[in-house]
Amino acid sequence: MRIFLSLLFTLLLIKPSFAAIEIFITEGVSGAKPIAVVPFEYNGFQTVPLNVANVIGSDLGRSGKFQPKSEFEMPQIPKTINEIDFTKWAEQNIDTLVMGQVRDVRPGLFAISYQIVDVIRGQITGGATQMLSNGELVESNDYIVFASKPFQVEEGDFRRAAHSISDRVFETLTGIKGAFQTKIAYVLVNDDAPLPYQLVVADYDGYNETEIVRSSEPLMSPSWSPDATKLAYVTFENRQAQIFVHDLYTGRREMIASYPGINGAPSWSPDGSKLAMVLSKDGNPEIYLMDLLTRQLTRLTNNRTIDTEPSWAPDGQSLVITSERGGKPQLYRIDVNTGKTRRLTFTGEMNLGGSFTTDGESLIIVNRTRGKYHIARQDIRSGTMSVLTKTYLDESPSISPNGNMIIYSTLHGQNQVLALVSVDGRFKARLPSGVGQVKSPSWSPYLE
Amino acid sequence: MQPTKIAKCLMIVLPLFTAACSTTTGEDESIATNAADTATTSGGVASNGTANGGVEVSTLEQKRQIEIEQEKMKQKALLKTSTIFFDFDESNIQGKYFEVLQAHATYLTKNPSVKVVIEGHCDERGTPEYNIALGERRAKSVAKHLQNHGVLASQISTVSYGEEKALDKSRTEAGFAKNRRAVLVY
Repeated sequence: MRIFLSLLFTLLLIKPSFAAIEIFITEGVSGAKPIAVVPFEYNGFQTVPLNVANVIGSDLGRSGKFQPKSEFEMPQIPKTINEIDFTKWAEQNIDTLVMGQVRDVRPGLFAISYQIVDVIRGQITGGATQMLSNGELVESNDYIVFASKPFQVEEGDFRRAAHSISDRVFETLTGIKGAFQTKIAYVLVNDDAPLPYQLVVADYDGYNETEIVRSSEPLMSPSWSPDATKLAYVTFENRQAQIFVHDLYTGRREMIASYPGINGAPSWSPDGSKLAMVLSKDGNPEIYLMDLLTRQLTRLTNNRTIDTEPSWAPDGQSLVITSERGGKPQLYRIDVNTGKTRRLTFTGEMNLGGSFTTDGESLIIVNRTRGKYHIARQDIRSGTMSVLTKTYLDESPSISPNGNMIIYSTLHGQNQVLALVSVDGRFKARLPSGVGQVKSPSWSPYLE
Repeated sequence: MQPTKIAKCLMIVLPLFTAACSTTTGEDESIATNAADTATTSGGVASNGTANGGVEVSTLEQKRQIEIEQEKMKQKALLKTSTIFFDFDESNIQGKYFEVLQAHATYLTKNPSVKVVIEGHCDERGTPEYNIALGERRAKSVAKHLQNHGVLASQISTVSYGEEKALDKSRTEAGFAKNRRAVLVY
């Protein structure tokens, strides 16, 4: 009854919210750690704009590391820590609780506080806030892993606030920095629209989709600046491929490469000073570096075959590129200072679209084996490759800034959609779009 | 005199003659007849013989003209074919397209002021960036073929759309085959 009431209460308070892209988790729930994000307690006089607990639960679920329990699976809905019945939770094998409180500050302004609770520790200590130690009564609340101070949140900022709580919970429990406040840039194609090609930026979970450019001609290859304020991308609006740099805050866009032939695959260096790109002005596709201040070009490759898809190593000293110099496309590492090149991939018919993981120790790859294109990970030192996906025609992998998740483009039925796979391959999810085709995802760096 | 010149002459003279006939009424008739006489005379001079010879020559010419027309139609039809298809991961032009490309080359060499854009396209297999490179290779393969047949480099430009502008979105083998193409756009 209590659950029912609380659910009713929640339903009445929550305004409907719409995501352009929903996320369906398709694999990996079983290996994840059970967690409960209890509905945040509120007894004020306003309408809470968002179910904070739901957003946090979804975030944690999509990380692949947690299995958030639904309200129906919760043995109780405690409002405060004192109300927690640790045994009941432990019986359900739920080790961790996240709970919180929302308070009114003034109309349109709320205060949120939240706690992360270790159920097992709580069960051992009996949840006592005081215990005897050496014959003295001392404060003991070590089962409270983290308790936030109340912080103020504007009505319109609840979603971001919820993601910030998710970040804190994730980092506290895994030691990995959360990436729930990051964004994704991608290309939407709707052939029925007068301007079919759209470059959009959305929250990582598909909310707050914002159109950056809309065009009658293709848009491709968005690449984030390391400070996440700009996007470099390719546009065909002038009937040829050109690279533009677009400031997301001012909306100012600038054409930076419009040479004869290909102007493609821009990739921002980790220090933000250069763009690696592909130009075919000298005959066939070669890798160049453009100094963004002087606009000076340095040519890095020189051979008669295709060289493309430059992607920076985290230290900015080398690039992984796709090259056909050995026959079929394979990945090579090229030192940006010396030009020294070494082949990295040997498994399968082709390896394309490589990028370094955030630790620089692995490569994320589009691998073609027996005609099938899948996302794979290769350990750079050992050369061992493991295929991560089972979807069809996978391409354009982009890694989250905490190195935990890969977003990529794939076919589902007749549609090009985005999908997620964890770097260890255990978690998989699909992000179907409402209308049209979705492709070329690019995960933003951390937003400061 | 060359038959073509005779033909041209007749083509100008004969319509004049018939036009004059059909439009003349009443008092103008005599003047018109005079004009017609003059025309006949000049026609006779031009054909340098009898009226019979003129008719014979024009019949042969008609046949020739029909042949020329037919060839023109064929070239026109060939020019209408502006898309050529490629095998998977290939940029070599198949022999069956040589005639089509020859027609385009002839047209372009006869009209040096005309410019053509060759678009290169790919199916959706492989990465978008690799396909941009492959599409360019296909477009350039067609450009080179045209240049080998006398088209000026300055008449040709290429653009690769990679896998971004699929013709067929069925994602079947047949669909993929339709998307692996180069298109000549005037």
